[in-house]
Amino acid sequence: MHAFANPARFLKLARPLTPWCLGLGLALIGYGIYAGFQSPPDAVQGETVRILYIHVPTAWLGMLGWMGIALTSLMLLVWRHPLAAVAARAIAVPGALFTAVCLISGSIWGRPTWGTWWQWDGRMTSMLLLLFLYLAYIALAGSESETSSTERVAAIFGLVGAVNLPVIHYSVVWWNTLHQPPSLSLQGSAIAWPILWPLLWTTPGFTLLFAGIVLMRMRTLIAENKKLARMRRLARA
Amino acid sequence: MNPWPFVFAAYGITGAATLALLTWSYAAMRRAEADVAREDAA
Repeated sequence: MHAFANPARFLKLARPLTPWCLGLGLALIGYGIYAGFQSPPDAVQGETVRILYIHVPTAWLGMLGWMGIALTSLMLLVWRHPLAAVAARAIAVPGALFTAVCLISGSIWGRPTWGTWWQWDGRMTSMLLLLFLYLAYIALAGSESETSSTERVAAIFGLVGAVNLPVIHYSVVWWNTLHQPPSLSLQGSAIAWPILWPLLWTTPGFTLLFAGIVLMRMRTLIAENKKLARMRRLARA
Repeated sequence: MNPWPFVFAAYGITGAATLALLTWSYAAMRRAEADVAREDAA
């Protein structure tokens, strides 16, 4: 990991990796959605089960994004890795967007399936809290990057916010909620194979797309930091 | 209740949001890297 502390070395890897992540991600999502519309309707949910092929990956990305922020925050605080703050800031916006998409697609799925757009149950409320954490992180990291180069406050916030992740995961176990318990676990799947398999395409597809977007945003931030450093040098001269 | 408007609305919102983020991130990256390359050349 320390090998990539040098932005030039990181860019050498990120430049060829970006189109691969984006291209492969879009291809997997495209095929997964096509397969999702070929699969049979669910016995209980009917045709609305197809919404889960986009809802589940976006929920996963919302949580994965914050895991990334927490990990890079730890790297920044412990090892002062120079790219850790850049990575955390690059993850925040796509993480927030996919969390918002997860909440909206879940709400659209809930109306015909549960008969309601929204319920203040454990899973939905903790996901909404995750969205607010992302928005606060974006504001904090944005303002801190203008005043300091260390971004320690945002990193501490990123670590503390990770407490919400197990709450999201176990909310359907700890509380008797409207949201169903986990359908997928290491022990197996409660979903029938013909309905499950398109999810095995869209989930890695969205994950690769997310990685491609984060790489693009990291490249943007590195270029902007370089420009800013040059302007500061000129101002001092 | 007809489920299809809900299915298409969910896919439409997800597609539009993802495409908007992709386009915005790509444009910002190209602009920032082009600025740096121009300054490096100057």
